[in-house]
Amino acid sequence: MEVLYLLIPVAMLLVAAIVAVFFWAVRSGQFDDLEGPAHRIIMDDDKPKNDK
Amino acid sequence: MSEFNATQCFHCGLPVPKGAEFTLLIDGKVRPMCCKGCEAVAKAIIEGGMGDYYKFRTENAPTGRELVPDFLQQVAIYDNETVQGSFVRRDTATGTDEREADLILEGITCAACIWLNERHLAALPGVLEVAINYTTHRARVKWDNGRIRLSEILEAVSRIGYLAHPYDPNRQQLLLEQERRLHIRRLGLAGVLGMQVMMIAVALYLGAFSGIEEHFRQFFHWLSLGLTLPVILYSAQPFFRTAWRDLQRLQAGMDVPVSLGMSLAFAGSVYATFTGHGEVYYDSVCMFVFFLLTGRYFELVARKRAAEASESLVHSVPAMATRLGDDNEECLVAVAELEVGDRVRVRPGETVPADGLIIDGQSSIDESLLTGESLPVKRGREEHVIGGAINIESPLLIRIEQVGQDTVLSGILRLLDRAQTEKPRITQLADRTAAWFVLVVLMLAGSVAVYWWQADPAHWLPITLSVLVVTCPCALSLATPTAVTAATGKLIRSGLLATRGHALETLARATHIVFDKTGTLTYGRLNLIDSVVADGHDEQGYLAIAAALETGSEHPIARAIRRAAGDGKRQASDIQNTPGAGLTGDIDGQTYWLGTPLFIETETAQKCNAEALQRLRVSGNTVIALGSRKSVLALFAFGDELRNDAAEAVADLKAAGKQVVLLSGDHLAVAQHVAGKIGIDEVYGDLLPEDKLEQVSRLQKQGAVVAMVGDGINDAPVLAAAQVSIAMGGGTQLAAASADMLLLSDRLTGLPEGLRMAQRMLWVIRQNLFWAIAYNLLALPAAAAGYIAPWMAALGMSASSLIVVGNALRLLRNQRN
Repeated sequence: MEVLYLLIPVAMLLVAAIVAVFFWAVRSGQFDDLEGPAHRIIMDDDKPKNDK
Repeated sequence: MSEFNATQCFHCGLPVPKGAEFTLLIDGKVRPMCCKGCEAVAKAIIEGGMGDYYKFRTENAPTGRELVPDFLQQVAIYDNETVQGSFVRRDTATGTDEREADLILEGITCAACIWLNERHLAALPGVLEVAINYTTHRARVKWDNGRIRLSEILEAVSRIGYLAHPYDPNRQQLLLEQERRLHIRRLGLAGVLGMQVMMIAVALYLGAFSGIEEHFRQFFHWLSLGLTLPVILYSAQPFFRTAWRDLQRLQAGMDVPVSLGMSLAFAGSVYATFTGHGEVYYDSVCMFVFFLLTGRYFELVARKRAAEASESLVHSVPAMATRLGDDNEECLVAVAELEVGDRVRVRPGETVPADGLIIDGQSSIDESLLTGESLPVKRGREEHVIGGAINIESPLLIRIEQVGQDTVLSGILRLLDRAQTEKPRITQLADRTAAWFVLVVLMLAGSVAVYWWQADPAHWLPITLSVLVVTCPCALSLATPTAVTAATGKLIRSGLLATRGHALETLARATHIVFDKTGTLTYGRLNLIDSVVADGHDEQGYLAIAAALETGSEHPIARAIRRAAGDGKRQASDIQNTPGAGLTGDIDGQTYWLGTPLFIETETAQKCNAEALQRLRVSGNTVIALGSRKSVLALFAFGDELRNDAAEAVADLKAAGKQVVLLSGDHLAVAQHVAGKIGIDEVYGDLLPEDKLEQVSRLQKQGAVVAMVGDGINDAPVLAAAQVSIAMGGGTQLAAASADMLLLSDRLTGLPEGLRMAQRMLWVIRQNLFWAIAYNLLALPAAAAGYIAPWMAALGMSASSLIVVGNALRLLRNQRN
């Protein structure tokens, strides 16, 4: 069972990483629009765009 | 996707007027269109290769009938560098002329609209990036100013039938946005760390039964402490802060027992961790924080929506005005810089920037925003105009008399403010009840602690904690918001948006539904309603003549005539205008007069058919006559058209046992006529905004719970005074800002639907409250007696919360009627 002393800190590191990623996601505005992506993915948008 | 039949416009869903022959080939089928505007918009969409829009959409598009030319005239102003200063962000680092701005999009009804706008904008040469937020309908656009101007982008949006305004977020809004992000971080942190603590706690509980080695137990305790620390220090901060504030003011808010419970549990656990004696309650602490934060988040979102609505107020007064200098040189200044005595030029289509006196020119002015009067009024020299009114016909020179706080519009805004500050009585009552509940809990917990301290010192902490946790007002405080959120979410899909938490609850209790007339029960624009044509002639032919005479006029009647005339174009020459009376012009060598019947009679010496005149005028319509030298050719009656679902909605509301009342700023006769048509018995006409307010407070004094439905700026104060207010989605933004609910779809039948939903919601809330209270009454004595360990209390608390939430979610299911 002593392996827990290794496994749990590893899990904690993982959690720290998750929290860091989460904070980054909030800061970069990923939670500003919770509805959009759900709709956007259904819309057919694969026709070529006009040349800029 | 909506169903279409041949009599409905394929684009906007409005009925196609008889005789109109606008069609377009979409998806291989000939589709009917109701007007030139819709046809143009649909054509632009199809030609832009975005025909898929019609497949994706779930709601009809906004009608193209009113592609506002006034707006497009003003749009050029937004290219001005000083004007852009406030809302355009410039990227100076790259050296190119890249700019970025936020735009508010008007007319968005469903996801397909967003897709359409996004694609359309992205395809414009020079537009670098477009992202539209589905929730707030705001577009962030980045463009290369060397290749496209902002005005061109705004115009491009209007080509496909929507309206875009630049958007300048104010400080309050930015703060709320920051707060929301902070809140999400707190919630996420509590969630992630709480899960870890929970996992460890399960191991500890299992260990408690099956035996666990002491050094593992110690290790788990320290781990939990480490994980809980950020939750306490970061996530739980708002609770501690408000609790501290409440304590300083000697008040008992919901946060006081919560904070006390959390601190006690945390302190006890830390003590146990350091000494190795006693229990730890880290799991309870984390669960607590997470659930409470979730509840708060619902609140925050509702608050943010309300702030967004009031932000859009700014648009009722223009940003810029044309001031004349001493040498009559025109210069564009910000409205805020105007001073009393300044001379300002207001062109047709522009909004009057402040209250003033006309010193030159004569025009008709649309004051409907402020007075609710649906017809424009004639104003000439030495007459007053109010800021916010729209100049319709010809240019005016105005001397400013009142600015800023002194204007009529500000006065109405203050009325609105007052009414809004008077409102939260219901909220206060809820707060006070909660405060009592909290006091009782605190006192109980205190006596339990004292009792157990003396009876059995080893157990005082867990038992006190259990009491505090078990009686956590969680289920109690979740009971209402979850039901409200579920019902709100469900209602948005049928086009009714509740912007305040209490709106639905109050709607369910409403005894009186009060309607404004113009724009609410009616469409709020003039239409040809009826006509009498000299025997044996065709109405369309005369309409074509009338339209030819009215070419170029922006008077609402002229627009209504042109709409009704449709494509039958004729050319008139030598048009002369007699302001306030009518027009004269030659068509194919013959002279025609178009105007008030009196004007026709004096000019042509022909009598109008008195009986027909009487009949057409009876409902308060405006009657216009067309005459030639030989005879009066036709009489046209123009009026505001009733919404086609008004009668159905009113009947539904009456069937639900509500009193329906009509308050109108129009003449009593007009109001009565409308009321008679749709079955409203209680009618008041000739009302100013203050009178409406008075009528509503009179009803309220008699004990009525008033739900007010309105659409204009003049309705804003009375909307705010009513216990619950509903604004039409197509109405003014001020009305929307002061309303508790928005009828986004503009379908009046949404009201009875909302009412039914609100009543179901109230029923669910009662069940929830009953459950929460029953649970507390059962659990409290058990906890006080020491039968419930803190972890059981936390579990019970969460379970009772979950039951409450689950019950509320039932509202999302479809009800079979």
